[in-house]
Amino acid sequence: MITFDKTTKTYEGNVTAVKGVDFTVEKGEIVVLLGPSGCGKTTLLRMVNRLESISDGKITIDGQDSMSLNQTALRRKIGYVIQSNGLFPNMTIEENTMIVPDLLGWSKKDKKERFQKLMEMIGLSGEKFGKRYPHELSGGQQQRIGVIRALAADPPVMLMDEPFGALDPIIREKIQDEFLQIQKEVKKTILFVSHDIDEAIKMADKIVLLRGGELMQYDTPSEMLVRPKNEFVREFFGKDRAIKSLSLHTIQDLQEMIGLAEFDDAIADTKTINVNHDLRNTLSMLLNQEADQVIVSDDDGNKLGAITIDIVQKYLHYEIKAKPAPVLEGV
Amino acid sequence: MEKWMKFLEVNSSRIFDLTIEHAILVGLAILVALLIGVPLGIYLTTNDYLAETVLQIASVMLTIPSIALFGVMIPVFSIVNQGIGFVPAFVALVLYAQLPIIRNTYTAIRNVNPQMRDAAIGLGMKPIQRLFRVEIPNAFPVIMAGIRTAVVINIGIGVIAAYIGAGGLGVLITQGISRGDNYLIITGSVAVAILAMIADGILLWIQKRFTPKSIAN
Ligand SMILES: Nc1ncnc2c1ncn2[C@@H]1O[C@H](COP(=O)(O)OP(=O)(O)OP(=O)(O)O)[C@@H](O)[C@H]1O
Ligand SMILES: [Mg+2]
Repeated sequence: MITFDKTTKTYEGNVTAVKGVDFTVEKGEIVVLLGPSGCGKTTLLRMVNRLESISDGKITIDGQDSMSLNQTALRRKIGYVIQSNGLFPNMTIEENTMIVPDLLGWSKKDKKERFQKLMEMIGLSGEKFGKRYPHELSGGQQQRIGVIRALAADPPVMLMDEPFGALDPIIREKIQDEFLQIQKEVKKTILFVSHDIDEAIKMADKIVLLRGGELMQYDTPSEMLVRPKNEFVREFFGKDRAIKSLSLHTIQDLQEMIGLAEFDDAIADTKTINVNHDLRNTLSMLLNQEADQVIVSDDDGNKLGAITIDIVQKYLHYEIKAKPAPVLEGV
Repeated sequence: MEKWMKFLEVNSSRIFDLTIEHAILVGLAILVALLIGVPLGIYLTTNDYLAETVLQIASVMLTIPSIALFGVMIPVFSIVNQGIGFVPAFVALVLYAQLPIIRNTYTAIRNVNPQMRDAAIGLGMKPIQRLFRVEIPNAFPVIMAGIRTAVVINIGIGVIAAYIGAGGLGVLITQGISRGDNYLIITGSVAVAILAMIADGILLWIQKRFTPKSIAN
């Protein structure tokens, strides 16, 4: 359990990066720190393992004031993962993974066993990869190694600063799933920095939304989407929420509400789309092609009209902006 | 050509001895320069203000013409009755070797990727552990490059040591000049060049051998 108690950070030159933040991360939960760039996510995270000093207020870990603990011992009990994975190029994968156990003086045998177990967890062969160097692995593999390195000495707490930020979307989703699977087993108390709303919603038990170092809302993802506490929270999730909710509406819904456009036969290679398609796919189709309209047809192939980006936007405005949408309840 | 063969036949053992003498003088000077320069370079990374001063002093030292520095050594060491010979030459060479060694060590450690350093601290390494496990291994090629520069500079400047009676290959050259003997001058110069190439080659091999594969480029 980690408790932030009026935690404040003022850098030299009077930048207050974190302002009197209060919240508690329960044991075994993933809390995602979310917010725009520069809002203090990294700073807040790094205060936990004292990579940054605390200017005011305090942080307690399992009831103990972090400042009262031995700094090195504290860090060895907290797993730390960073975006660029921070693997050491001069060490093999096995050496990299076993750094903390090594610092803690584990026996050779224990380290070996632990390494095999961790590699199994991420579905990589310990024999095959153990003696390799980081640059001989793909980005996704390196990032996984970064994760198991943090898990190596089985710390109760993990800090993860945009751990999957540098990966392409497909690998990223895969590793997120894999990590959630691992978390089901290991049940760590995790603070996870992200600036990606989708990632936050997916990973978080709770989200801390920050703005300019202040805590805007601390809630479960669905609470935050459905009952934003203030305008900032509403806006922050707003645009994304709108795009997401597009997948819950079909062209037919749009047609019934505001109607389609006349289609223009003069445009030669216009694509055709079925009226039952959802609007999110329709929008990406519109964005991907050069013509600015797509012809809508019904199941029998009759042309019903055309759809354009402008029309989708107009619908979005009526349907979603007008009703503060509980469309995503239970995300 | 025949004259050359004859010259080398007569002088070969002397050339060999002088080469060894030269190598020992430079080798010892480098060893001591390393013992001072590397720790100092590392220490300077923790003290920006001092770093600037020390690096400036070391730069200035390198711009002093070697003959002048050797000249200065003589009266200084005369005080302890070591005015000419090995000691002043040795001290001068140690001083000349400092700049490349200190500067490269300092720069190499400073330039270790800050995220790597951050990860090391975050994982709970103490400063000494971080230094030996992360910083030095990753800084190694640049530190070695500095050492190689120092060695080559010292082998060249070591020639001047002959003027203050410290021996070495400079003896062939100074004698050649005073006697107008081109054979001696050329032999001395070529021997210095070969010695420098061999020393650099060996150090380059060590550098390659002990540089972690993954940071070789
Ligand atoms: N070492 C530092 N010295 C002074 N100011 C700093 C320092 N580190 C960060 N800041 C400032 O503190 C604020 C918060 O920075 P922080 O890195 O915590 O943001 P962040 O939310 O992690 O942003 P990002 O999403 O871009 O990573 C920013 O205004 C930043 O400029
Ligand atoms: Mg950050």
